[in-house]
Amino acid sequence: MIKILTKIDGINNILENNNLLEIEFEKKNIIKIFNELKDNTKLNFNQLLDITAVDYPSREFRFDLVYILQSLTKNKKIILKTFIKEKENIESITNIHKSADWYERECYDLFGIEFINHPDLRRIMTDYNFEGYPLRKDFPLTGHTEVRYDDLEKKVIYEPVKLIQEFRNFDSESPWEGMENKLFGDEKSNGEN
Amino acid sequence: MKEVELNTTTINFGPQHPAAHGVLRLVVELEGEVVQRAEPHIGLLHRGTEKLIEYKTYLQAVPYFDRLDYVSPMCQEHAFALATENLLGIKVPERAKYIRVIFAEITRILNHLLNIPAYAADIGAVTPFLWCFEEREKLLEFHEAVSGARFHAAYFRPGGVHQDMPEGMEEKLFDHFKTLPKFIDDLESLLTNNRILRQRSVDIGIISKSEAIEWGCSGPVLRSAGVAWDLRRSQPYDAYDQVDFEVPVGKKGDCFDRYLVRIEEMRQSISIINQCLNKIKPGPISIEDNKITPPKRNQMKKSMEALIHHFKLFTEGYRVPAGQVYSAVEAPKGEFGVYLVSDGSSKPYRCKIRAPGFAHLQTLDHLSKGHLMADIAAILGSLDIVFGEIDR
Repeated sequence: MIKILTKIDGINNILENNNLLEIEFEKKNIIKIFNELKDNTKLNFNQLLDITAVDYPSREFRFDLVYILQSLTKNKKIILKTFIKEKENIESITNIHKSADWYERECYDLFGIEFINHPDLRRIMTDYNFEGYPLRKDFPLTGHTEVRYDDLEKKVIYEPVKLIQEFRNFDSESPWEGMENKLFGDEKSNGEN
Repeated sequence: MKEVELNTTTINFGPQHPAAHGVLRLVVELEGEVVQRAEPHIGLLHRGTEKLIEYKTYLQAVPYFDRLDYVSPMCQEHAFALATENLLGIKVPERAKYIRVIFAEITRILNHLLNIPAYAADIGAVTPFLWCFEEREKLLEFHEAVSGARFHAAYFRPGGVHQDMPEGMEEKLFDHFKTLPKFIDDLESLLTNNRILRQRSVDIGIISKSEAIEWGCSGPVLRSAGVAWDLRRSQPYDAYDQVDFEVPVGKKGDCFDRYLVRIEEMRQSISIINQCLNKIKPGPISIEDNKITPPKRNQMKKSMEALIHHFKLFTEGYRVPAGQVYSAVEAPKGEFGVYLVSDGSSKPYRCKIRAPGFAHLQTLDHLSKGHLMADIAAILGSLDIVFGEIDR
């Protein structure tokens, strides 16, 4: 299977890891690659399981866009990955896999990645009139607004978040191994005399 | 050009509606009583689980999985535990594998025991609901016995399970699953040949083989269309390769087939549990590496090292080697997957949850086109929609 995959144009890197194939591809070839993966009878990746993204704010190509495909006949799963910049968009694959519709909408909603030629690219998870992209790393965990019922206006209103206690993110990271440098007078603890 | 007058009514269904199984808002376009278009608006239960997990250690992330599909909690912990174990490169002991399979199957029965009567209630039968809830309560006692909680168990943890089954549990399980098949027969006598149930579900919401695959369906929805696909069989995890079971498939892929597949799955689950109970042997229930699983309570009182391990585990947690993995389990509703990215720290860098219901709900527009408004309730019920996992 890897042999057939390497022959497809635009596929760069193939990695086999725990019975799972990880592939990197070039974004401009996306339609061709997905068509080939689906229609080639030796591959037959006919089910799109998920589309998601991973945000790395410090990189030039900020997002990893991840597609997970499954072949029911070959009993195989692959992860396809491409890298895109913050304001770049990518071709939608709704014409190849119908289920891509909501997955792409979710990706657009939570990461702000735009898909060209998507039939109905609207927000899906977040509230109506929501602003921002929640799963980006620079979006705060608490969000920007909170809601409450206003008794005077007789409706639910949005306000900037006010926390009674500041959000605390404990950084307890320290190596298990303990201190590297030797303490003065502690030589005996290592069994050296 | 001829002018065409459109005579459609648009109605709003939900977000609070007993047949919506939670908080689903549907905008339905009707021509007379015939559905032209049904557009689901989801996200009303969106809690940002994936974002929250990025701020928690791997162990602290486990309870979030109980709260996704709150009807089948343990199966989802299972997917997360497998993904984390995969990244850590650890293998859980035999006994833990069997315990996991037993409880994953109990969870499957629990899920179907809610879905089937809820579906029946949507189309007019109330009695199964009362019957099944009694049975569910009995099964939830087993959940409680091992984890201390009926629903939010946090029992399957990376490295094994939280604690061993209490003494005598095997016999109790064995006795209980002797009586359950009789109950399923009774349940079927109320439903399967019931004329109203058949009228409301046969040939309603048909999905073909190729469509089901195309739309990303899995679990009972895919199997009802005639595709014999079950991750427990095709990509076995834990002890599923040690047990023998059948994968029920439907013929037409309508609501009635989905109901039948679920009934038969419960019977297969009972058989799996019985096989596991015969094969399970005493032994450790989690890996004996205190860098990942906490030391025993009594050790902690005596050994300084155990105390340090305990403290470090519940503050910093364990570090997971950098990498990415996608692990999926056959949850009662279909393929539940976790795509986990680690950057080498003790918190997941990204945790994407693949919920089966998300893909299933997407097909609703397609399934309900041309049916009557009342059939939407039947189709929704038969797809087994739970918003905890769809909205995440």
